[in-house]
Amino acid sequence: MRTEVIPPLVSKAETRQSVGRTSRLLRRIWRYRMVYLMLLPGIIYFALFRYGPLYLAQIAFKDFQPVLGVEASPWIGFQNFLTFFHSYYFAQLLANTLIISSAKLVFGIPPAIILALALSEARFLPLARLTQTVTYLPHFLSWVVVFGVLLGLLSPDNGLINQAVVKAGSQPIDFLTNPAWFRAIIVSSDIWKEAGWGAIIYLAALLSIDPSQYEAAALDGASRLQRIWYISLPNIKDVIVLVTILRLGTILDAGFAQIFVLYSLPVYSVGDVIDTWVYREGILNFQFGLATAVGLFKGAIGLVLIVVANRVAKRFAGSGLY
Amino acid sequence: MKFRLGKPKNMGDTTFDGGVNLFLILVLLITFIPIWYAVIVSLTPLELTKSQGYNLFLPPTQWSLEAYRQLLGQDSFLNALLMSCLITGSGVAIDMILTTLTAYALTFKDLPGRNIFLTLIIFTFLFNAGLIPTYLMVKNLNLLNTIPAVILPGAISVYNLLVMKTFFQNLPSSLRESAIVDGANEVQVLWHIILPLSRPILLTIGLFYAVGHWNDFFQPILYLSDPNLMPLPVLLRNILLASSMNDYVEQNALFAAPQDALKMAAVILTMLPMLFIYPWIQRYFTKGVLLGGVKE
Repeated sequence: MRTEVIPPLVSKAETRQSVGRTSRLLRRIWRYRMVYLMLLPGIIYFALFRYGPLYLAQIAFKDFQPVLGVEASPWIGFQNFLTFFHSYYFAQLLANTLIISSAKLVFGIPPAIILALALSEARFLPLARLTQTVTYLPHFLSWVVVFGVLLGLLSPDNGLINQAVVKAGSQPIDFLTNPAWFRAIIVSSDIWKEAGWGAIIYLAALLSIDPSQYEAAALDGASRLQRIWYISLPNIKDVIVLVTILRLGTILDAGFAQIFVLYSLPVYSVGDVIDTWVYREGILNFQFGLATAVGLFKGAIGLVLIVVANRVAKRFAGSGLY
Repeated sequence: MKFRLGKPKNMGDTTFDGGVNLFLILVLLITFIPIWYAVIVSLTPLELTKSQGYNLFLPPTQWSLEAYRQLLGQDSFLNALLMSCLITGSGVAIDMILTTLTAYALTFKDLPGRNIFLTLIIFTFLFNAGLIPTYLMVKNLNLLNTIPAVILPGAISVYNLLVMKTFFQNLPSSLRESAIVDGANEVQVLWHIILPLSRPILLTIGLFYAVGHWNDFFQPILYLSDPNLMPLPVLLRNILLASSMNDYVEQNALFAAPQDALKMAAVILTMLPMLFIYPWIQRYFTKGVLLGGVKE
């Protein structure tokens, strides 16, 4: 009987190679088995609490009914998104979010820079160090604590500021519940809390400038102010640009914790931002699908913004976030 | 005393210095006075508020600790303090274990699948599912109204993870290699060699996580409904929003200490732990940016 010799798909040499590659990979995996063990808790964490929710986020595209569960709830496509875009509060939320965020940016960065400049130019070190220590502290306080301090200052009954207002002859001002004042309070309390911490990065940059630049300018007759304008500021330009661009990337985050603690019904019209709305509608009013849709919308835009901001930062300021 | 930048050179210089110092004093006052006022209000005795109201200054002879006595004598405050300690303690432990293990595991460049893991992890840094899906996840895991719900969802900060990973990668590889040659396995290398050398970064990131947990009020509000589980910030918020303080004090509040004093006392008490660990925070967070060097 004649038997057919079936030529193998892979040559004998190639088989030996690919089997070698696979077994080498398996051997490497086995060699790193302890490392995989170390990685396991982290993997479980990310799977459960970062990617699990991403899977559940599909309810943004569904008419989610808890009785039916996530899979069985009917699919409605982009209807949740359309409902949101056509609602009257869409414009208000977007406006509040962008206005408050930009105001914090525009009014928050200069004080940090000026503080850093003052600290770096200070000749009397004990005062500079004391100021640095004290301004650094509010960053580490909870917004609830800051709320308490603000109540002490701004409360219409006994607040320090209102005491002065009343002594000057006017009526006490309800700072925290008055739509005309709320945004100003948000922005200024944010500056109070964060200017010291924000100044650090500028201070570090300023302290790393070569002193000989200043000496040369002094020899040429430049005054202190001129030296700041022509040497200090240009040298930290990159840092300023970097910080600004990265903050623009997170512009849709208007500071949820702060606003949540400080806001109240009378000021929703000026203070309600996307995140606070998502919390109220989603958790308190059980609009799970709608709130998830809005959250995804914000996240998607945020993603684009951060990626773009990072690329722009790398091009214009030399480095990015990652 | 040594002065940075040398001695003043002329009149213009001295005026400028004066201006800078004035500015710094102004900033100091703006930052400090609100906190100072809260302290004073908390120490104002009841009789004084009826006659004078609250002022910026109060002679120490008139200070009254009654508000503090009221708060600390009651269960709700001490209970909240206990919960805060519990959440912060276990939170930091879990955060650090997860972050350190994951960061170290990812330093092995030859690890099969490492790039996939890194990409997946960094992606979560740029885009997250949002508040509602995370809440639903916690609910599905039956963790609602439990302490783990407050700790677990944010256990690993991707930023801290990457910082730690970079730090580990910058340690000399010869340390690990010689230990392996001596027969240690990877876990022993981590425990006996890498970690002791990483004390600064571990303390820094640990402090960071600790401050986050201690100050957090939103996660407890979101996931907890049992009032006995509420940590200090949540209790503080309830106190600040309360119209009557009777639930929070030992005796009938109206007759022992003024309401505002009680509220401010609660604020100061909540602030105290942060003030205590502040020197450590300064040491590990400023890393030499504190002005101390002399530039001539």
